[in-house]
Amino acid sequence: MTTKLFGEPVQRREDHRLLTGGGRYVDDLGRDALAAAFVRSPHAHARIRDIDVTAALDVEGLVAIYTWDDLPERVGRPLPLLIPHPALTHGRTALPLARDVVRHVGEPVVMVVATDRYAAEDVCARIEVDYEPLKPVVGPEQAVSGVHLVHDDVPGNVGAHLVQEVPGPDGRGAREAIETAPHTLSFRLDIERSAATPLEGRGVYARWDGRDLRVYSSTQTSTSVRMAVSAVLGVPLPQVEVIAPDVGGGFGVKIVHPWPEEILVPWAAMTLGREVKWTEDRREHFVASAHERGQVQHVRVGFDDDGRLLGLDVTILHDHGAYTPYGIIVPIVTSTQLLGPYKVGAYRVEFSSLYTNTVQVTPYRGAGRPQGVFCMERTMDKIARRLGKDRAEVRAANFIQPEDFPYDQGMTFQDGRPLIYDSGDYPRMLRMLKELIGWDDFERAPGRGIGIGCYVEGTGPGPYEGGHVQITSDGQVHVSTGLTSQGQGHETAFAQIAATELGVPIERVSVVTGDTRRLGYAVGTFASRAAVVSGNAIALACRKVREKALRVAADALEADPADLEITEGVVHVAGAPQASMPLSTVAVLANPLRYAFDEETARATQFAGAADPNRPPVAEGDEPGLEGREFYSPIRCTFAAGMHAAIVETDPDTAEIRIVRYAVVHDCGNLINPMIVEGQIHGGVAQGVGGALYERMVYDEHGQLVNASFMDFLMPYATEVPHVETAHLQTPSPLNPLGIKGAGEAGVIPVSAVVASALEDAEGIPIDRMPISPSELFHLRTSGR
Amino acid sequence: MKPPPFAYHAPRDLGEALRTLAEVRGKVLAGGQSLIPMLNMRLAEPSDLVDINRVAGLDRLERTADGVVVGATVRHADAERARAHPLLTRALKLVAHPVIRNRGTVVGSLAHADPAAELPAVLAVLGGHVRVARWDGGVAVRDVPAAGFFAGPMEPAIEPGELAVSAFFPALRPGTGSAFLEIARRHGDYALAGVCAVVTVDDGRVATARAACIGVGPVPVVVDVGPACTGRPPGEADWAGAAALVREAAEPEDDIHATAAYRGHLVGVLAERALRDAAREGAAARAG
Repeated sequence: MTTKLFGEPVQRREDHRLLTGGGRYVDDLGRDALAAAFVRSPHAHARIRDIDVTAALDVEGLVAIYTWDDLPERVGRPLPLLIPHPALTHGRTALPLARDVVRHVGEPVVMVVATDRYAAEDVCARIEVDYEPLKPVVGPEQAVSGVHLVHDDVPGNVGAHLVQEVPGPDGRGAREAIETAPHTLSFRLDIERSAATPLEGRGVYARWDGRDLRVYSSTQTSTSVRMAVSAVLGVPLPQVEVIAPDVGGGFGVKIVHPWPEEILVPWAAMTLGREVKWTEDRREHFVASAHERGQVQHVRVGFDDDGRLLGLDVTILHDHGAYTPYGIIVPIVTSTQLLGPYKVGAYRVEFSSLYTNTVQVTPYRGAGRPQGVFCMERTMDKIARRLGKDRAEVRAANFIQPEDFPYDQGMTFQDGRPLIYDSGDYPRMLRMLKELIGWDDFERAPGRGIGIGCYVEGTGPGPYEGGHVQITSDGQVHVSTGLTSQGQGHETAFAQIAATELGVPIERVSVVTGDTRRLGYAVGTFASRAAVVSGNAIALACRKVREKALRVAADALEADPADLEITEGVVHVAGAPQASMPLSTVAVLANPLRYAFDEETARATQFAGAADPNRPPVAEGDEPGLEGREFYSPIRCTFAAGMHAAIVETDPDTAEIRIVRYAVVHDCGNLINPMIVEGQIHGGVAQGVGGALYERMVYDEHGQLVNASFMDFLMPYATEVPHVETAHLQTPSPLNPLGIKGAGEAGVIPVSAVVASALEDAEGIPIDRMPISPSELFHLRTSGR
Repeated sequence: MKPPPFAYHAPRDLGEALRTLAEVRGKVLAGGQSLIPMLNMRLAEPSDLVDINRVAGLDRLERTADGVVVGATVRHADAERARAHPLLTRALKLVAHPVIRNRGTVVGSLAHADPAAELPAVLAVLGGHVRVARWDGGVAVRDVPAAGFFAGPMEPAIEPGELAVSAFFPALRPGTGSAFLEIARRHGDYALAGVCAVVTVDDGRVATARAACIGVGPVPVVVDVGPACTGRPPGEADWAGAAALVREAAEPEDDIHATAAYRGHLVGVLAERALRDAAREGAAARAG
């Protein structure tokens, strides 16, 4: 019997390779390539008066120096605005190299190519750029004041302004509902900037042979980089290949594309006729990639005596940095996913997405949700405190009930489709969480508190992904999908899907992702979508291949396809195992051959006598081979959910904060591999702990990022991350064949809210900002009561 | 993040090392845990690098009745494993992470003179010294007491052409206990504040008590808190008053991780805890 692999905690097949130095990352490739390095702006906002390269010209190893003036017209244009939106009335993107104005520290100004990176950096150090400093805009509140402008032609620094309103059941708007509510609260919340900071930074390596361009990029979307490179450089699409090799983490930052370097490195390779590689260093990553999170929120809420929401009115100042290549996805996600598992009555949300002279803001794992959940969950705790009620009880009073699904929140989600939750069981999830953490038995003490946070996450947005499956004549199953992998365990999870669908041992299945040579149509890995969209596409492709295998085998075995099964890679008649044929043979028979190259394939040659001489070897409408390609295009997102709880202890003297227990109940529909899902949750919680207690991007008033290193940007170590206790609820999605929902971002989403909830419980002080440090807690204790 | 060009020297014996230093006045490379990042970030651009890792005889750790002599290339991890001195061992466990301790050196840490580092405070509170050598037709050495060695932040009293060849950590007297407590944002980070304490208990009474703090001044701040606590049994001494003396001596500053007020508060809390711990250990040692 074939083991049903779908749903089993199969060990990750990629780990041995990745953990023993067998990974192939961009910087492991192209050992003989020339090295690129960049002169980047040291100013947050300045006019470029002059660039003098004279002193750099005699550096040994110098190959080329490029400024914006050297770029051809089509290469020097502004980078694409990837996701336009009607509310983004003043979208602005950077030039690949700054022309006259720099708008954040780290913006590339000059590209240097040299024989190695050492020489390239020596050249950079000798290039003199004369800047005329301009007034920098730092932080959303300075931006909204509009006194100084980031872009001369963007009044008030407002890139986008969007108001969304959903009336309550009685048809009234949120503001009216709040006015007449029995209880009201209003408050302000502050969330600091953080960033994805993957272990591997960005990297691009390009080679040009005079006709074909091959680009390796540490990206979350190779297909779209390919289209962008083709379009900008004017190389026909079939002559461009883009490969994402092993990628050392992405967490969102690598979905942005094309980066300036993804255009400039291939362009330099074509211009010089040499291989060129650029590997981002850590300092560059801090100042030249992207950040996220930073928001100021003003909240007003009205509720009844049971804590039920009647109206919620949220105004958000969203700091999107100097440019908007990824549109306004982050504040849209914040404003829609803020609703969580609740019926909020009437809802009004308004955001201003603002330019500042800081690194651009694009989605980082969670992508606006941590901010939204922080807002809603702080609101729930404040309501409970006002009414003297149990915090879990107030949440339960507002839950969408199991019988309410599909539940339409009445808004437009980040994929442009209605925000309709497909399935879930929030009351049961809360019961599971309360039991797991021991909510009802918790013994509160000074310096010891418990907290809770709930969220809903729209996962698996379209437009589509594809799966390609080929069974070769050795019986091996080759699966490929176009989206990329950054450590998620796709080689394992997708193999489990294929092995289960096809009835083959997992050892015979191999998986390739992110290689445009194998599958040219794909979108990318982001928004917790890989398992949902590619997973289902692979399942559909497998079903197509299985159908053909049964048809071919049925012919050879003189059986009805309906009577056939595949077990352990062997097709056999149900109940009659002796009438059987391995898939390797089926693959041979499916591909009529003229030439044999071993005994197995000899069976498919033209004199072997297997084929009917009165029919063409390949029937009309059929194709040779045991191969199938299918696409899955979801109608809209499927909505996963989770609830977290934590117990926190604080030191009465030193104000140190320790998370002593952390519990997660998680629902991502049917689980492909619970071990991988738990790993995703653990990693997400670790990043969440960073956002709750450690990480912030500290800009001074001049727009300098003063902690651009892992010494001062406090990403938590393993020693700072608590053990995570996990339980799963499985509410299948009715929207896709496998009944699955996404899990990639889950762990990170509510952590700040949960830690704030527990800290507030332990200290009795309102916690309205994240992250919070011992130093800040010390001052809240002395002044905040 | 690649260093600018430099000339590299790898002398094999002390004389060669000192002659090279006298000639080129370069930076000394031992464990490289501070220097290499500074080179990579181009915060330091020395024309010459003198790698002392191959110099014979600098990797010795010697224990005598008077104390411990740690050679210039003895790694943190080796010194920690040698357990040659209780306070030094405690402090070494607080230095960064095992991977860094495997390469970083005790003397390198002293010569780097970072006011947030642990080992300068240990040397200072114990009243130890650093031996520096230079070439003067032969190897000439001088011992610089801790009190004069830490001239300012990242400013050791080592003249150009000189090499720190060893450090001497005096042994604790009988009846002496020690403690090193610190608070860092993350495990192994430089401390927001830290205090080490040495207390001698004689005849059931506190005889001497000293503390040194890190991260709250330009150099390790050593405070003799004897006036607040000597002459009384450890259980009755005014440790809060002693801690207040330490706190008064500290000069904390604001940075992105903590305010000066919080750091000053921490010094008080940690000083009291460390002094009590050290006194308890001293009393137990005497009793035992």
